[in-house]
Amino acid sequence: MLTLRRFLGTLGPGTLWLVAFLVLPTLVMLGYSFLTRTDLAQVGRPWTLEGWQRVFGYDALFQEWVGDNLRVLWRSLWVAGLSTLLCVLMGYPLAFYIARQDARRKNLLLLLLIIPFWTNFLIRVYAWILILRPFDLVPSLSATFLGMVYAFLPFFVLPVYSSVEKVDWRLLEAAQDLGASPVRAFLAGVFPQTLPGLVAGIILTFIPALGTFVVSDILGGAKTALVGNLIQNQFGQAGDWPYGSALSFLLMGAVLIGLWLYARTAGQKGLEELV
Amino acid sequence: MTRRTHPALSVWAWLVYAFLYLPILVVIVFSFNDSRFGATWAGFTTKWYGVLFARADVREAVVNTLSIAVLSTLVSTVLGTLVGLGLWRYSFKFRTGLSFLLVLPIVVPDVVMGVSLLMFYSFVRLGLERAGWTFDNGFWTVLLAHITFQISYVALTVRSRLAGYGRELEEAARDLGASSLKSFLYVVLPLATPGVLAGALLAFTLSLDDFVVTYFTSGSGFRTLPVLIYTNVKRGVTPDINALSALLVLVTVVAIIAANALLRPRRSRA
Repeated sequence: MLTLRRFLGTLGPGTLWLVAFLVLPTLVMLGYSFLTRTDLAQVGRPWTLEGWQRVFGYDALFQEWVGDNLRVLWRSLWVAGLSTLLCVLMGYPLAFYIARQDARRKNLLLLLLIIPFWTNFLIRVYAWILILRPFDLVPSLSATFLGMVYAFLPFFVLPVYSSVEKVDWRLLEAAQDLGASPVRAFLAGVFPQTLPGLVAGIILTFIPALGTFVVSDILGGAKTALVGNLIQNQFGQAGDWPYGSALSFLLMGAVLIGLWLYARTAGQKGLEELV
Repeated sequence: MTRRTHPALSVWAWLVYAFLYLPILVVIVFSFNDSRFGATWAGFTTKWYGVLFARADVREAVVNTLSIAVLSTLVSTVLGTLVGLGLWRYSFKFRTGLSFLLVLPIVVPDVVMGVSLLMFYSFVRLGLERAGWTFDNGFWTVLLAHITFQISYVALTVRSRLAGYGRELEEAARDLGASSLKSFLYVVLPLATPGVLAGALLAFTLSLDDFVVTYFTSGSGFRTLPVLIYTNVKRGVTPDINALSALLVLVTVVAIIAANALLRPRRSRA
């Protein structure tokens, strides 16, 4: 039984904190998304739908549909998608390599994977300027991809590795004994067992890649602006908070829908393991 | 046991490791490069470290970063541990709701959390100004923001540490005559301690590393190291930033090796 006294002694302070600094700010953001932009990045009445209209491409000032931000949204999706795919191609075999070493080597290889993972994010992105600048590749879309894959690869490898570690290799042998080719045996005997880790890794790569503004800001240049940059800009130079709020809700919504779909297929437990 | 791995797999793995370490090595090498514009090697020097240590804004950012990290870790570890314990111990109606709330800061992109806090602070500031108060201190806004995302990580780490244990252990202690405080201190807390330590370590690192939330909540006068690096990078690469980066990489490596050595003997399972 959770009595009020017990609640205040354990869950209470943390829960109240999250309500104050997570729920209330989200509500303020919701309110601001329906207000009108006034001078100096401020908001005021009247209540309008302009911010939300702009998200879907309608420009209230010129009273016409303009596709600019839809293009940014689309670009964000495919840039995040392709970065995730590159992470899969690089990281999936790596997880197998690590999982198949003896305990000592395994620990060392994991440590080597964790060091870049825990190195400051900005330094990891910045370092690519030093490498790519002599080749005149900053800013460019290729630089953005490199930066994304580099920044998010460890997020991908770690959950996949913990899945590969648990693989029951006898299924592979059984499939081969029954006459399956190595590829077929792998696809039928091993791949399905790594699927939970693979999906978790994909989610953990795709979400930050979709939301980032740092990588594209430092390495990408104006042509590769993503939805994160669009949001940042509304709270900086453009100073349009209602529009920025509505965009933030769109991004948050996309992420939550994705996670909801994942939870439905993998179950509540899968979601907890993901975190 | 070592299992057979295909040579191609080994080559691939080492290529990926090379990819992971190339930028880090480049930063370290270039921090010793005696050239104002770093692309070519102009001889070995340590002068950029001198330039770095002479910068007042760097020293201030170090102090800011560390004070935020230490204070936010202390507060979030206490609050997060209590939430984690509560989730483990009680079943209640809004359990799923609370779990959802805890997952939010982890899954929602940083930029969304950053801008919502920015607007929230501006909203609160407006109200305070109407009441005749002024409130314009980046230290406090950043501190409160960091604690918010850290609580989640600590609570979930503590909960997953306790997930394997039932409440029987605590009940057994009670049956043997321990008070609820004693059974908490001598039974539950020792079980949770590795989770609490791991959660605190995670919270501390997240605070040191955070750029996005800090960037939106710090206002103009308050800078942490990641924010300082960002503003410097935006202005153009300078070699003293290489030196700063190299030092931060060194600190990271030492911290990870130390954490690894500390946690290993006590760790019962991976």
